[in-house]
Amino acid sequence: MTRQEILNELKGVFAPYTTNKEALNNLNDQTDLIADLKINSANLVDIIIDAEAKYNIEIDYDSADKMLNVGSCIDVISEKLNQK
Amino acid sequence: MAKRVVITGLGVVSPNGIGIPAFLNAIQNGVSGIQFIPLYEELNMSCQVSGQPDFVWDSLQNYISEVSFHGLKGTNIAYGITAALDAWADAGLDRETAEPHWDTGCVFGNSAPDSEATKNVIQKVDAKEAKKLGSRVVEQTMNSGVTSYISGRLGLGNKVVTNSSACATGTQAILMGYEYIKHGFAGRMLVGSSEYIDPYIFGTFDAMRVLSRKFNDQPEKASRPMSATAGGFVPGSGAAAMVLEDLDVALARGARIYAEVLGGSSNSGGQRGGGTMTAPNPAGVMRCVDEALKASGVDPQQIDLISGHLTATMADRLEVQNWSQVLGCSGKNFPLINSVKSMIGHCLSAAGSIESVACILQIVHGFVHPNINLEDPNPEILNIIDQDCLPMKMIKKEVNIVAKANFGFGDVNSCLIFSKFNK
Repeated sequence: MTRQEILNELKGVFAPYTTNKEALNNLNDQTDLIADLKINSANLVDIIIDAEAKYNIEIDYDSADKMLNVGSCIDVISEKLNQK
Repeated sequence: MAKRVVITGLGVVSPNGIGIPAFLNAIQNGVSGIQFIPLYEELNMSCQVSGQPDFVWDSLQNYISEVSFHGLKGTNIAYGITAALDAWADAGLDRETAEPHWDTGCVFGNSAPDSEATKNVIQKVDAKEAKKLGSRVVEQTMNSGVTSYISGRLGLGNKVVTNSSACATGTQAILMGYEYIKHGFAGRMLVGSSEYIDPYIFGTFDAMRVLSRKFNDQPEKASRPMSATAGGFVPGSGAAAMVLEDLDVALARGARIYAEVLGGSSNSGGQRGGGTMTAPNPAGVMRCVDEALKASGVDPQQIDLISGHLTATMADRLEVQNWSQVLGCSGKNFPLINSVKSMIGHCLSAAGSIESVACILQIVHGFVHPNINLEDPNPEILNIIDQDCLPMKMIKKEVNIVAKANFGFGDVNSCLIFSKFNK
């Protein structure tokens, strides 16, 4: 999967947790989940669980801690997909 | 100086009507909200009927944010949010606020957190999948879930309390809100209670053999308070809420005033003198009513209507006996008495708030709602009070003072006195 494909799919993963639709539509590597998408920090857990289910991967605690902006989310997901 | 406390907003999610206009129409016309529940037959319950609001889950999207809606599963929370936000809007208050309302608090009760939500937790933990529970389960399995959603949505910044006292919860919530305002701690309180009877809660009552089981094929006839053929109560689900305000606060903003809370009392019979975990000590019940009347400055003869607890068990006769004794009247001198439960069943924690909303509507619209399924009044009750005290059809009349009481497991009692608002 290309990074762009993952980015497009992440829009669907983030959608239920953000009310900032404009930032969601303009998603890029630098988009910050909390600062830009206004996602409640407690919901980052739900995003990780949803991503695990979507890609059938397991995201360990250390990797999850890195998933703060879209670029790092894609990094972690690509890495886990490559390990499969 | 003690403040006067008035009711300025109402909201309800009842098995026989959601929203005030639908509920008013239902109680005026004796509309039953009791249905046959196929699942309860499948689960081998003895009672297979229940009062369930005709609630459309997606309607919640008009009340809370998309993000909050996503992941919400607790039905009792959904009922509570709906009733509370409807009452808030009915009082002419705006949902949106940047600053917390420091002068407004919330007392909202329930008996158990949503056990469907709890079941999800138990299943995942037992399957060694606790990691997959996500972030939204604590708020839905904690007892204060309903209160937290309501106060968060509206930005309530005064005392926010979840109360629980079994079937006395709803009346007690209103009383607690009343007391905060009366003593000057808050200018406004959003009060009420909610209850969702899922199969697990239902099953625990079914096991006690206290539920109606002879009318499974005639659900609308199953809830029969004060009837000779009353054979147990019918569990019901729902919620109701009221906005209570310091009279001065309400007048200053030009609010519409429905009625006044004159006073109330909440106590326990101490599980002594005939009182047990499940039965009330008559001395406690009578003391509670007496204290409520004294606190309100109301004489027993002034009561136009008693909205009883009256669940359709053997306790109905004892309840009427207690009212008669504490009010010092019987036969034709006894006030009119009715039970909303004949139409909606026993909504446990939500009973007191839904039934209190019914009291206010009877004061505002000048009527006494019928007791349905009372073609055969219990002769032992007719030995105490006259049959004319038990309306079977709606009576149009001026209603100035209503006494509302609920009694719960643990031998707890709550009584409120409502009055037409007089400047």
